[in-house]
Amino acid sequence: MTTDILNTREAKSIFGFWIYIMSDALLFGSIFATYAVLHNNVFGGPSASDIFSMPFVLAETLILLASSFTYGLASLYAHHHKEKNKVILWLVVTFLLGATFIGMELYEFAKLLLEGNSWQRSGFLSAFFTLVGTHGLHVTAGLIWMGGLIIQVWRKGITVTTIGKVSTLGIFWHFLDIVWIFIFTFVYLMGAI
Amino acid sequence: MFGNLTLSALPHEPITVGAGIFMAVAGVSIISILFYFKRWKWLWTEWLTSLDHKKIGVMYIILALVMLLRGFSDAIMMRLQQVLSVGDAVGYLPPEHYDQIFTAHGVIMIFFVAMPLMFGLINLAVPLQIGARDVAFPFLNSLSLWFTVVGAVLVNLSLVLGEFAATGWLAYPPLSGVLYSPGVGVDYYIWALQIAGAGSLLSGINFFVTILMMRCPGMTLMRMPVFAWTVFASMTLVIISFPILTATLGMLSLDRLLGMHFFTSDFGGNAMMYVNLIWAWGHPEVYILVLPAFGIFSEVVSAFSHKKLFGYTTMIWATIAITFLSFVVWVHHFFTMGAGANVNAFFGIMTMIIAIPTGVKVFNWLFTMFRGRIVFASPMLWTIGFIFTFTIGGMSGVLLAVPGADFQLHNSLFLIAHFHNVIIGGVVFGYFAGLTYWFPKIFGFKLNERLGKAVFWHWIVGFFVAFVPLYILGLMGMTRRLSHIDGSLGWQTLLYVAGIGVVIIGIGVVLQILQLIISIRDRRQNMDTTGDPWDGRTLEWSTSSPPPFYNFAVIPTVHGRHPFWDMKHGVGESADRSAELFLDTRLGRKHIVPHYEDIHMPKNTAMGLYIALSAFLFGFGLVWHIWWLAIAGVAGIVSLVVIRSFDYDTEYVVSKDLITKIEAKTAHRKLQLL
Repeated sequence: MTTDILNTREAKSIFGFWIYIMSDALLFGSIFATYAVLHNNVFGGPSASDIFSMPFVLAETLILLASSFTYGLASLYAHHHKEKNKVILWLVVTFLLGATFIGMELYEFAKLLLEGNSWQRSGFLSAFFTLVGTHGLHVTAGLIWMGGLIIQVWRKGITVTTIGKVSTLGIFWHFLDIVWIFIFTFVYLMGAI
Repeated sequence: MFGNLTLSALPHEPITVGAGIFMAVAGVSIISILFYFKRWKWLWTEWLTSLDHKKIGVMYIILALVMLLRGFSDAIMMRLQQVLSVGDAVGYLPPEHYDQIFTAHGVIMIFFVAMPLMFGLINLAVPLQIGARDVAFPFLNSLSLWFTVVGAVLVNLSLVLGEFAATGWLAYPPLSGVLYSPGVGVDYYIWALQIAGAGSLLSGINFFVTILMMRCPGMTLMRMPVFAWTVFASMTLVIISFPILTATLGMLSLDRLLGMHFFTSDFGGNAMMYVNLIWAWGHPEVYILVLPAFGIFSEVVSAFSHKKLFGYTTMIWATIAITFLSFVVWVHHFFTMGAGANVNAFFGIMTMIIAIPTGVKVFNWLFTMFRGRIVFASPMLWTIGFIFTFTIGGMSGVLLAVPGADFQLHNSLFLIAHFHNVIIGGVVFGYFAGLTYWFPKIFGFKLNERLGKAVFWHWIVGFFVAFVPLYILGLMGMTRRLSHIDGSLGWQTLLYVAGIGVVIIGIGVVLQILQLIISIRDRRQNMDTTGDPWDGRTLEWSTSSPPPFYNFAVIPTVHGRHPFWDMKHGVGESADRSAELFLDTRLGRKHIVPHYEDIHMPKNTAMGLYIALSAFLFGFGLVWHIWWLAIAGVAGIVSLVVIRSFDYDTEYVVSKDLITKIEAKTAHRKLQLL
């Protein structure tokens, strides 16, 4: 790699964004650690196995995983085929899947609240709402970002800059998928045992 | 409409009223001066919206020095209270005010003096040292600065509107929980730190990428100046540790705002989780601050001994070792938690091991001085003062690392003396050395040397007079944060001595202000016309003082660890074209016109300022529970970021004709002076 390639703005943005992702992983790591410490502190309230509906969470998970796949398609069309319309199409599909995921998460939260299991109930529920909610906030930020990106690809077409932006959001989106797999495993699957 | 904010939030006590009036008078006079000299436009276009790393660095340093005055005032007030409040006398500060002062002192000194001073010096020196024209993300750099400023503004605002946290600088729960601290103090603390912390994290990423991707051709990692290396290590720590702080303070604010139970005493909360998390950030934080100071000492000791640094490679590996070790020692801040003998033993031993790489560094500095032609200029005095002071502080640290000894000394003044010993002796001395060292590079003239030396002697003498008594008091059993002292304990004499020490440091601070004023007045006598006032070795000295906004007309190519030294002395690749070009332009030696190319530079933008302003509204809204304001703040941040992402036109081209003109002017000035 020559310095010329290394020094393009896109290369710097993508590398810088990777570093940001590493720091974000530590943010989640801190909350995961807190969840691990607090997950048995139910204070007489419900524990993980009492409140989660596994089929619902599985559907949520599959939808988010599918959105990572469709984002991958958008990415491929941007990088290799330079087909603007296909990129926009798959970004829109990803957006809808992501929005569905957020909708389902909000539904799950509302259901818990209505059953009287709010974050004020116990240390465990505080940690649960915060961990899952932080992930949800990230996905929401990703959706806002994706909306902006769709407009930019639509207006500017497939350029070096927009391809760079597709790559950066891609890192973010797949990262959130990985975080969710950890949440699914540690919070829901291990909670159900 | 205004949440919990009512007129009763305005100050009542004479001291806070006085401080508020002082801030208002200072603010009004600055604004009127700007109007009088019609400098608003200049301030806006040349400074506030600038993305030039050198100007951002200067603004960081101004912020740090202003906040230093505030943090130092807090220190004077604490010392005075402990002198006056003994036996039947209660002093002049009510306990709840005294508690806010020691909290504000710690928070301000670490977050709003040391951190901005560090980022200021990094901004000034690192891009120049690695032969770059700017940082990797100039816009983020400006955003980081303004986030830090907003944090400082929130802390200062708490003085006149409401209160500040009265919990100590790390705000341990359950004391900082809503049950025991129902006021707005802790909320000010949380949001000032969250916003400033976001700025620090962005800066960390920015300089990490800058150092890895923007070094000039030929500058391999092991050819990098030591300061750039220590900054790299420090930024790695920022990236790893600041997310932990964000998460921890986030959870504390969720406890307070939404009634969650992370750190509460009931409902299954766990307060020790907070203490663990905050120190998992807090211990690396002290190395974030001190590693760049180590880098500065390494530059200074080599320049003023007229020798190359002894043991460059070991210096780098020692830095890396400290970086790693700083993450496995955090429990030593609370050995008394009751984690058990084995856990404490592990963390105690890890803590002691840090003394080994630090010792390597100290010996490297000593051997650099050995048989050197030492010039006792003020940066060198700070360095020698540091080696002496820091070694003592390090030894008391190793003592505290013994869990058994710590059980006795925990939370005593011995601890206070220890960490001031390493922070003042290490961080403060280091940054002052760096400030004196790089000042001529940025402003084109040197600081007054006579006053500089007087400042040093007041600081170091004042430091020992102020803090040696605290070591002794700690051994006598005096705990920290006491607002009233029992007269029968015999502590009073030593507290008087400590008070005298603060007065001596205070004279030093006054002399520092005087030094700045006199240096600006006499700047024509102290001009640095060569760009190389200290006979330096690294690239920052190869460009003019002050450097042109693009730093280097031609990006240098380097062939060793001392590129500028080699250029000056014709060592190695003297025939190299870029080295020749350098000397030609710098000295105006030849009359050939070097071959310049167009340069892309970032355009100025006020977006960073606007985003930070929205963050301020968000933070202020949450502090006072003014929900619409907080929502408006978030909406502002999101929409401004989106607008910025739609801006594809962020750079402009500096034509080679313009560069030729600017370079010719500098060369002409130099010719005349030669």
